[in-house]
Amino acid sequence: MPLFFAYLSVIAALTSALLALATNRRAGLQRLAEALGRHGLQAPPAVARILSETHFVRIHRYSLFALLGISGVSAVLAGLGALSSGAVRTDTLPFGLPWLSWHVRIDPLSGFFFCVLGLPLVAVSLYGPSYVREFEHGKHSLSALGLFTGLFVAGMELVLLADDAFLFMIAWEVMSVASYFLVAYQHDHAANRRAAFLYLLMAEIGAIAIILGFGVLAGFGGGLSFEALRGASLSPLWASIAFVLGLVGFGMKAGLVPIHAWLPEAHPVAPSHISALMSGVMLKIAVYGFIRFTFDLLDQILWQWGVLVLIIGSASAVLGILYALQQQNLKRLLAYSSVENIGIVFVALGLALIFLSSGQTHLGTLGLVAALLHSLHHALFKSLLFLGAGAILHQTHEQSLENMGGLVHRMPKLAAVFLVGTLSIAALPPLNGFVSEWLIFQTALQASAIESGVLRSLIPTASAVLALTSALAATCFVKVYGVAFLGLPRSHHIAHAREVQHRGMLGGPVLLAACCVLLGVLPTPLINGLAGLTRQLTGFELPHVSALGWLWLTPVSPEVASYSPALVLVGAMAVGWLCYYLLYRRTGLDPRRAEPWDCGFGGLTARMQYTSGAFSMPIRRIFQPVFELRETLEEHKEGPAQARVTALRYQFHVLDRAWLSLYQPSGRVVTKLARGAGRLQTGNIRTYLGYSFFTLLFLLWVIS
Amino acid sequence: MVWLLAIVQTLLFIGAAPLLAGWTKRIKCRLQNRKAPSLFQPYRDLFKLYCKQPIVPQPASWIFRAAPYIVFASTVLAASTVPLVAVDLPTARIADVIVLVGFFALGRTFQVLAGMDIGTAFGGMGSSREMTISSLAEPAMLMAVFTLAMSAHTTNLSQAMNYVLDTGLVLRPSFVFALGGLMLVAIAETGRIPVDNPATHLELTMIHEAMILEYSGRWLALIEWASQIKLMLYGVLIANIFVPWGIAQAPSLPMLGYGIAAIALKLAVLALLLALSEALFAKMRIFRVQEYLGFAYLLSVLGMLSHIILEAAR
Repeated sequence: MPLFFAYLSVIAALTSALLALATNRRAGLQRLAEALGRHGLQAPPAVARILSETHFVRIHRYSLFALLGISGVSAVLAGLGALSSGAVRTDTLPFGLPWLSWHVRIDPLSGFFFCVLGLPLVAVSLYGPSYVREFEHGKHSLSALGLFTGLFVAGMELVLLADDAFLFMIAWEVMSVASYFLVAYQHDHAANRRAAFLYLLMAEIGAIAIILGFGVLAGFGGGLSFEALRGASLSPLWASIAFVLGLVGFGMKAGLVPIHAWLPEAHPVAPSHISALMSGVMLKIAVYGFIRFTFDLLDQILWQWGVLVLIIGSASAVLGILYALQQQNLKRLLAYSSVENIGIVFVALGLALIFLSSGQTHLGTLGLVAALLHSLHHALFKSLLFLGAGAILHQTHEQSLENMGGLVHRMPKLAAVFLVGTLSIAALPPLNGFVSEWLIFQTALQASAIESGVLRSLIPTASAVLALTSALAATCFVKVYGVAFLGLPRSHHIAHAREVQHRGMLGGPVLLAACCVLLGVLPTPLINGLAGLTRQLTGFELPHVSALGWLWLTPVSPEVASYSPALVLVGAMAVGWLCYYLLYRRTGLDPRRAEPWDCGFGGLTARMQYTSGAFSMPIRRIFQPVFELRETLEEHKEGPAQARVTALRYQFHVLDRAWLSLYQPSGRVVTKLARGAGRLQTGNIRTYLGYSFFTLLFLLWVIS
Repeated sequence: MVWLLAIVQTLLFIGAAPLLAGWTKRIKCRLQNRKAPSLFQPYRDLFKLYCKQPIVPQPASWIFRAAPYIVFASTVLAASTVPLVAVDLPTARIADVIVLVGFFALGRTFQVLAGMDIGTAFGGMGSSREMTISSLAEPAMLMAVFTLAMSAHTTNLSQAMNYVLDTGLVLRPSFVFALGGLMLVAIAETGRIPVDNPATHLELTMIHEAMILEYSGRWLALIEWASQIKLMLYGVLIANIFVPWGIAQAPSLPMLGYGIAAIALKLAVLALLLALSEALFAKMRIFRVQEYLGFAYLLSVLGMLSHIILEAAR
């Protein structure tokens, strides 16, 4: 049954893509209907009505997203089926190479990621129809958007289904290339084209690394099916080579520092529902690939890998959030925050690797569960935030935080939903972001179970970095919410913004917010549901998760730690309501509205507020070495001897150090090499004839 | 019975917090050669605010109105999980010490949002500074707490205090470092000199005050009360984690009475230390706070590493 739903979701996504392609031109379809009519096949009047100009576009739009919605729902069903049964279903499809037909398989691990994919996809399918309306009459084709969205989703689902390296890579490439076109969708801006090219370049380099990684395994395993790869027995050196190749390949897609550079460029320029899918889902597909590669396909785990993953994960987490804090473009900020969250996932994976390699299967499993949960949670709240940012963009055409403000009055419903996402991503109890971070801390605190002293001191250091990261994340998202939604509007657009009118555009984010709250308050059923998955990967399941009952989360044992988010929520609401009752209901003193205090100046204006740049200035200054800061100050002077300053213009740009120290030099090297190679191309026919001549001579010499 | 004890203990926390604030203020006045107000002055202030009509600034949204309740509720929840006079609280199972840090973060987040909600320069300034300081203080606090958690093999506060009581008086270098770190954090997080000045109304130096400048009436009372509870919480954390002697390990009346007396004495001493340090030190510039908190962080991490290297080796 899970396999049937998985097929259904792939087929629905592909149908959505094909439908977008087929209905590219309404006029063509209309002519087709007329031609059929002339040949006696009179179409029912409904067809004519559908093809009429007023209805066609709407129906087109809704049907595309309805198919994506079906795909999402069946992905969730497939995932839940695979997780609950805990069984492995395999199938062989009659495509592929002559000696290798495509192997397909759904097991608890891919089932879990089907859920991670499905939930945001359903939200996007609710949100999409109204969001893409603005592209309808623009210069960009809606059909292209629909086509590549469908292909993108189908590619991600096929990656999860693949059971041989060949199908895996094909699906991986479908996913990468389709998303390239989605990033390049609004290609009239040069910056967008550049971002898309960078994305494609890095995606392909990553893909090469993955292919090589599979190649190493296939070389020892004697086949491309995952079954054969699993059977490969490698020496530690070859295993490490394969692991590093896998880490580079999947890490590049996931956006680990320092190979994250495409991410903050590509996510902001794609349409917002695509950004939500890319950031919320596609990065998780990379995490899936990494988990599949490391925990399932490689037959051994070395502690050095865990250390490497832990270090890279910690670096991504803290650098990601520090850069996120300095962004003024909302979607770019969210993209950098994805780097941070992926870093957190990899910290948990690194802990799992270290514990597993030192024989602590229980703790390794706990780390793995924490990583999986954080992947799911990030998929939920990051999609929610991207959809929210998209709604603001849709209503106000504004991406910069510096121009927002006061949206809570203009868009109260969106503000409420966005607040849930903000609190979740800031890891505050009792929402879901806190649960996964709590689990990671609990895993890290068990470091004393490890024999090696170096590892034992490394893990707490990583958790110190993680603690800093989570505190900075709270700062970052308080800034986002405070600057965008609270205070006074900073620009004309924002002051006249209106609440989102379409139900679906709120419905999608509301669905995600509900999931965030639900998973935050009742995490135990889900963690218990992962038992089949962990049994598959580590041969172990967490025995004590609900030792105190289903309301309590006790990852290690009840004595070590316990947390009951449901009771926390009940307690908080009870205390809050009691205060409200005693203080408000009893006194009955109604508050009075008045002007805020403005130091005696005449009236408050929006320009007196703290801006986003000002809010994060102390952090920028404290962590100065991390950033490459470009500040300019222009003074306009007047009067005798230019003594009177009439206007000041201050600008600052925060640049990514990785970009300056890694990408630009390597770009220069590549250009230099290309120039050198370019000398061969003289454009002169005689030279080319000369090349042919000498090649022939050389070959003759070799043969003789 | 144990739940009743937990509720009574929480109420004791809420009730005694202004007294601690009054006591600190009194000592400080004496040290500065000023005439001290009554010990009960904070209660009178709270009651006065309760009776006043609150004022909402024009641009404020529902967040401004809801924030005081959330701040107070999260602080009360935090108080309910910290053992004051007796260990073995049932509430300590609901929320462990990491959740306690989460409660502080929740309250702070809403306070900061409320500061930005009013759309004045002060609100944003206070919010930005508060978040900067807390994002450096929170990891230091977590690290200090983790040192304890790793020694006691639990993050449950009741269990951890039991562990310290059971092992008796042992001088652990890790605990000394963690104590230092936690004390520095406590000063920063509760907005005391040298990081912030709770008595100031000078624009350039305000942090906490700048955020709540627009609050009045019962909302201000709630926020003030919450910050008094927070001060007491940190005091109790320091006193009961590092010197837990006297706390009731079984819920019998004489033990509880002994527990109350012990914690009152410990808090009085801690308040004396706080007042003394406030009288001796001047407030720091805001960009010196990072060095101060970096030091706290370093102390806490050192504590944890020394635990791992010196104490956990088997």
